Amino acid sequence: MTGTVFDTLREHEFFADLSDEDIGILSACATPAAFAAGQVIFREGGPADACYLILRGDVALEVTTPGRGAHVVQTLHGGDILGWSWLFPPRRWMFDAQALTDTAAIRLDARCLRAAIDADHEFGYQLLQRFSQVMTARLQAARLQLMDVYGAP
Amino acid sequence: MALPDPLIAPLVPAWWPVRSVRRELADTVTLEIEPPPGGLVFEPGQFTMLSAFGIGEIPISISGDPGAPHALVQTIRSVGPVSSALTALRPGDRIGVRGPFGNGWPLEDARGADVLVVAGGIGLAPLRPVLYTILTDRDAYGRVSLLYGARSPSGLLYLDEIRGWMAGLDIDVLLTVDRGEPGWHGSVGVVTDLIRRASFEPAGTTAFVCGPEIMMRFTKQALESAGVDEERIAVSMERNMACGVGLCGHCQFGPFFVCKDGPVFRCSDMVELCWLKEV
Amino acid sequence: MTQRSATDAAVVFDPATIDLLIAELSDRGYTVLGPRVVSDAIVYGPVTSSSDLPVGIRDRQDAASYRLEDRDDDAVFGYVCGPQGWKRFLHPPETTLFTAAADGDVSFPPPADAPLAFLGVRACELAAIHVQDRVLLEGPVADPVYRSNRDRLFIVAVDCTEPGGTCFCASTGTGPAAGEGFDIAMVELLDATHRFLARAGTDLGAEVLAALPSRPARSDDQEQAGRHVAEARTAMGRSVDLDGVEELLYANAVNPHWEDIARRCLACTNCTMVCPTCFCTTAEDRPSLDLASFDRVRLWDSCFTLDFSYIHGGPVRSSVSARYRQWMTHKLASWHAQFGTGGCVGCGRCITWCPVGIDLTEEVRRFRDTDLRRIAVPVAGPFPVEGGPR
Repeated sequence: MTGTVFDTLREHEFFADLSDEDIGILSACATPAAFAAGQVIFREGGPADACYLILRGDVALEVTTPGRGAHVVQTLHGGDILGWSWLFPPRRWMFDAQALTDTAAIRLDARCLRAAIDADHEFGYQLLQRFSQVMTARLQAARLQLMDVYGAP
Repeated sequence: MALPDPLIAPLVPAWWPVRSVRRELADTVTLEIEPPPGGLVFEPGQFTMLSAFGIGEIPISISGDPGAPHALVQTIRSVGPVSSALTALRPGDRIGVRGPFGNGWPLEDARGADVLVVAGGIGLAPLRPVLYTILTDRDAYGRVSLLYGARSPSGLLYLDEIRGWMAGLDIDVLLTVDRGEPGWHGSVGVVTDLIRRASFEPAGTTAFVCGPEIMMRFTKQALESAGVDEERIAVSMERNMACGVGLCGHCQFGPFFVCKDGPVFRCSDMVELCWLKEV
Repeated sequence: MTQRSATDAAVVFDPATIDLLIAELSDRGYTVLGPRVVSDAIVYGPVTSSSDLPVGIRDRQDAASYRLEDRDDDAVFGYVCGPQGWKRFLHPPETTLFTAAADGDVSFPPPADAPLAFLGVRACELAAIHVQDRVLLEGPVADPVYRSNRDRLFIVAVDCTEPGGTCFCASTGTGPAAGEGFDIAMVELLDATHRFLARAGTDLGAEVLAALPSRPARSDDQEQAGRHVAEARTAMGRSVDLDGVEELLYANAVNPHWEDIARRCLACTNCTMVCPTCFCTTAEDRPSLDLASFDRVRLWDSCFTLDFSYIHGGPVRSSVSARYRQWMTHKLASWHAQFGTGGCVGCGRCITWCPVGIDLTEEVRRFRDTDLRRIAVPVAGPFPVEGGPR
């Protein structure tokens, strides 16, 4: 990673059009994070205490079921946002997240973000609007997956 | 044997031997068929009508190399009586062939700019000739990406060949599957998610899209959101092509006959039809 | 064949000459097909003399209703049109395209023997033949079966003077007088003297007419014929405003009125079977019992069947409303884009032979009444229409 956390957030597509002030608020909650291939980032049921802006690498969201082992629900890649369970109670992860390749990310601390949202609703609106778009896209993708469009008729 | 009247010739299959059979997937094979000397010249995107003796006839896209017309290569998925019979053919068996029919992908439009080839499931078959054509004249195009999604890793066609392309520098390949399987370390997610990850300059990019209709609709939307011009998004439509020459009426799609006006359409030519159900 | 002017060599002959016309055509090698009464309907088939023709018979047609009645005169062509047009002879309901043997040998059925002569082709039917010419001959590939039947065809048309209850050729611009494309066209005059005014449309037609006993047409013959045909124009049982119908149907693809039609439509395919322009076919491979060969047989098909739009996994048009929309939109709208002509000739058969009496002309009116373009909502999906059904 080159440059400061501020610069990285500033340049990221997900935060495009946020004011420098808002980026500053985010930066205060942000720390660089790195995960080696195979490393678990978080586990289902664990406290959702952060979200991650993936800069490089690949991350699998998995769910493990008895008899079937780990089942990859979706993979996320450079530029993607990982994790929104921190937004709402019960604030626990719904899936396991595991780095498939060496992964660089920015970790945004959830407690810090929530405090910032509570303190500045305009900032919260801007942030939630961006998360809502990600959630909408994921929901649409999940529905398309559900349709099993390539399945045998 | 009476030679067919030139008038009836387009309606009468020629019976050519199957040279080889390659099992691609559990339900899918690729037949290499031997046309007579001179070969079967075709454009990427065209289809043939293939007959299984005494059982019936179905439309199948040509999936081989347009630069090698001495082999007619067709990838067939077994879904009904005719396709089951065709996928059960052995080398030396004869297969009825009519065609090629329909138009081709607008490859001319794609020259000089970036190209996205977006395939879903067996939809890669009619797009493989596009890749072959681009590869024979690679410098004529900008960045070329193959975005390919399938149901699961075991549903990915032509995987050996794809690995070869991945190893080379000519085509960026991004694969994804709707459902992972043990041992799959690649992407899991829908094919439209790959668009964001592909490198292309939206202005001037041409996209060739083939897959289930719903996948093509989602892809069209995602491509437009990414800034690709509707006129430069080409899709290959599937309808019940039967005669192949616009006489039987089965493949109508609004004002179009898919067999002769298609199967390749620009999204800008079917704006209303795109969202109309049961058309 | 050169088309001659309509009044060229106009002659008048008496009803008995119809026999001589049949004989002349037979002598020239034609199989003469004309109207006959079969199973209480006017059906076209081989005729050898005027005794085969429905002399003194009329048909009464209305939505889902067809009856033959005795007339109080000896009119030869005193009916309108039967359930089946001439389509079945040019574009047969069943044709063996070829026989393929397991060794790769392909053989073809022997070509049709005698050329055909149609006696009593109505203006709408003549127009329908021209529509099918466009569809089956003028595309990138001509239909070989239609071509061979059509090429040697001799057409004796009869102008209509008594339109039927479901006729609307005045609205489609295809009648009641025969347009071009006939060899001979006749008007049957039932005034004081029962006679036929005949005109030749081709040199061959003129040659045939010249072989028949006749007298030159006089101005009163022409005047009477003109008056009767003009009266027929205003006596159509149905009418429809087709102005802008293409845009109307395209813009109303999601009009809920399709659902209303679908609640009545049985998807029985009758309308497509009796329509003189419907051309769709399917092919069936019929193997011999020993599998040594198979026949590929072409059969009339209908967009009202589920199989028609079948792609792997299921039919594209599974609802009846989608199938009716396909038929009607094709017939009245997309036909123009495909063939440069409308697909409806106003013969009214689809109305008469619909078992539930769905009336194309009435449905066009309903779409005008519920035209989605008149309400200020973008066409994006089914939604209730004020004053419309549901």
